[in-house]
Amino acid sequence: MSEYELNLGFREGGKPLRETVNLSDGTPPPWDLDTKLAVVGKDHPRLDAIDKVTGRAAYSYDRRFPNMIFAKMLRSPYGHARVKSVNLDRAKAVPGVLFAEAYQRPVNYAGQEVAGLAATSEEVLDDALQLIEVEYEVLPCSTTVDQSLNANSPRVGRAPSNVTGPDRAAPDRVARAHADADVVIEKEYRTQVQTHSCLETHGSVSVWDGDELTVYASTQATFAFRFTMARSLRHPAAKIQVVTEHMGGGFGSKFGCDGWDVFAARAARETGRPCRYLLDRREEHMIAGNRPDSLQKCKFSVKKDGTLMGAEVESYGTSGTSARGGNARNPSVYRFRAQFANSRTVMTHAGRGRAFRAPGHPQGFFALEGMMDELAEAIGMDPLAFRMKNDGHPVRAEQYKIGAKEIGWNRRKKSGSDKGPIKRGFGMASARWGHNARPGSPGAMHGAHVRIDENGDVLVANGCQDIGTGTRTLIAALAAEELGLTPSQITVRLGFTKDPLGPPSGGSQTAPSIAPVIRRAAYKAKQDLLAAVAQRTGDDASALDLRGGKVVGGKRALTFADACRMVPGGVVDVNMSGEVADYRLPQYTNEVAGVQFAEVEVDTETGLVRVVKVVAVQDCGVVVNPLLARSQINGAVIQGVSYALYENRVLDRNTGDMLNANLLDYKIAGAMDMPEIVSIAHTVFNGKTTAGVSSLGEPPAVATPGAIANAVANAIGARIRSLPITPDKVLAALGSL
Amino acid sequence: MTKRKIQMMLSVNGEDHDVSFLPHRTLLEVLREDMQLTGTKHGCELGECGTCTVLVDGEPALSCLVLGLECAGKDIQTVEGLGTAGGPHPLQKRFAELNAAQCGYCTPGILMAAQSILTKDPTPDRETLREELAGNLCRCTGYLRIYEAIEMAAEDMQHGS
Ligand code: FES
Ligand code: FES
Repeated sequence: MSEYELNLGFREGGKPLRETVNLSDGTPPPWDLDTKLAVVGKDHPRLDAIDKVTGRAAYSYDRRFPNMIFAKMLRSPYGHARVKSVNLDRAKAVPGVLFAEAYQRPVNYAGQEVAGLAATSEEVLDDALQLIEVEYEVLPCSTTVDQSLNANSPRVGRAPSNVTGPDRAAPDRVARAHADADVVIEKEYRTQVQTHSCLETHGSVSVWDGDELTVYASTQATFAFRFTMARSLRHPAAKIQVVTEHMGGGFGSKFGCDGWDVFAARAARETGRPCRYLLDRREEHMIAGNRPDSLQKCKFSVKKDGTLMGAEVESYGTSGTSARGGNARNPSVYRFRAQFANSRTVMTHAGRGRAFRAPGHPQGFFALEGMMDELAEAIGMDPLAFRMKNDGHPVRAEQYKIGAKEIGWNRRKKSGSDKGPIKRGFGMASARWGHNARPGSPGAMHGAHVRIDENGDVLVANGCQDIGTGTRTLIAALAAEELGLTPSQITVRLGFTKDPLGPPSGGSQTAPSIAPVIRRAAYKAKQDLLAAVAQRTGDDASALDLRGGKVVGGKRALTFADACRMVPGGVVDVNMSGEVADYRLPQYTNEVAGVQFAEVEVDTETGLVRVVKVVAVQDCGVVVNPLLARSQINGAVIQGVSYALYENRVLDRNTGDMLNANLLDYKIAGAMDMPEIVSIAHTVFNGKTTAGVSSLGEPPAVATPGAIANAVANAIGARIRSLPITPDKVLAALGSL
Repeated sequence: MTKRKIQMMLSVNGEDHDVSFLPHRTLLEVLREDMQLTGTKHGCELGECGTCTVLVDGEPALSCLVLGLECAGKDIQTVEGLGTAGGPHPLQKRFAELNAAQCGYCTPGILMAAQSILTKDPTPDRETLREELAGNLCRCTGYLRIYEAIEMAAEDMQHGS
């Protein structure tokens, strides 16, 4: 056991949290404000960057195997239909078609599979798919929340109602808070359905070797993928390896193994040939996930002095045919006297929603932060001062100041008072997310493999994936910190499920979850190495350490490579599973905090909104690699700009088909739409684990839409309560339509 | 649809290749499927995303919209010809250093587009970059690092480093 005095918090201010902890031997000393770190906290280029910029990095779509065949499914163009018959005869007769299946199931969304084929080439597939004869009985469909809320609308599937989830009324204390308030505001906010639009579509390549299956999958959860594949094929997971060395984006949509993956694996098994199924762009939009929309009915109240009183939100969102996950989340970051939210999922005849970067949050915070501005406006208080008065979070208290200075908040004028046809506005919003460090689950703890050989080469392996955030580089930095090396001296093997269990990239848990176990394994490797050195040199092992590529604290001057040659047998090999103690330290706060500020220009003649600048201040615990962290924040902001102003899935309300299932009509922000972005990765020694690394992928996606919408309202003096903020809505709000 | 492959010479990255492929195949398919040059990415096959950008006679082209057949006698440049891990092009070097590639799927296309910008305008300003890259979507980075990397590479090339 060793005792440590933890000093948690952040450097810019706030009151630190000091606490004494006792940790078992073998636990690396926890990092806190007093720790001197050599590698962590410095900029390090991505380890695999050179592979990505030379085109060598192999994505699933790039995998090629001799004799490979191709799979594709025929999909219903109707959102609601009965499949009366499927005739595969003509398709099967096409030379080169090797595998065919029909699915005569009730259709509940456009894009649902009706038949599947595998063939020797994509050309053969395309020809054969057109020869499949399907007879549909087309049924009336319900494609919107408003339609599905109507009890007389067509049912989705067999559920008794299209609406699921609790139906509770706000408790009395909320009504009392409203009654005691000076101003009560009731408004309706809406957001649209957004598709993930990963540039590499979903899918995989399956290769059998006897009864061993290797699946090259574009997934953000290698182990979950393997689990589902094993269950779907009724094949032992031990005989399946999932490989994801590189993937072209996921954003929440690539959590598991999908029907198309299983189909390709089965076709490969039946034909004895490797089989590839990567979705096309249209399938990607329609069936590979989306962010549910929302209808949020808000009633908020405030006292004239700016004291928040009551908040209630009744909300609905559609996750397509799924009875769950449509919820907007409005976990208030502000201190209301009483608050309540009731959120329900509404089924529609549309492709299912999936987790999408901070599920429920951008939509929830768009409404919450809009209402905050409406309250501030009503009592004549500055929106920033109003938030600072009502937010008790120690980290955000600091972030408000940092962000306000960076955007130049003092330039903000009274709403609607800017002169001229192009009006400038400023807005802001807050964000929160969990501090999601997880050790795995009982019986399935995360692990790490560290191997140092006699040449001084270091390999660190974990079976999880790098969704694009830079997990490989993060792992290298953590191991380098322990071993006194630089990240480029470490080889990281990632994305092979034969390696130790790692986290899925969801809930922004990858970095916080994997950091402690990587540290522990590298720390153990260091101790083993130093013990071997001490044995040879006669030093006291506990006095030795590794720093700057050298052994320090001993009698002899030794380099890391010298030390490695002293290991009996030549190899230090550590295979480790996470231990719970590493994840149960005191924490500074149980969430990560963020604030964002936006500056916009609105052309009141065309209705066009241009985002000029976004300042994003984001706490992410101990920032391992600021270079990569800032990139993450930039990327979240541009997705927020895109969601706030452009993206919108459009369904044909008669057939349920998606009308803009491409990247031309479904507009995502491009190079021209980029504002200036100031991303500030705010280091908070947050504890909870020995590394104190926290969540980053999702939290900076929460505030952007709200901040932009508030800036637009400030510019034009009228509020648009529905996303995306398109020119027609701007002109309508100005009364010019 | 004819199933007979044709055979022709394609000049890719300065080398002549004797390639046989189905005549309706796009340049993207020929590169990726028939020549195993998978550095050029497949994003939509509809001319919407820019991930498949290559240079044809120095001009950026969406290889998913060009037939392989049309490329006879033309000079095709792909990311594989830009530089290597050991000897990266200044653009590749700066993209790697600045973390301009996150998931990296858009990167090869953007690098080729950038290469063509720099050939025409060795010192492009931000506005030029924004306009010229309007057809290359990136879902991850927010473009900022991409601009900065191109600007720094432009400077490197000016100073011959
Ligand atoms: S693949 Fe060519 S533009 Fe998308
Ligand atoms: S880095 Fe992922 S799409 Fe550009």
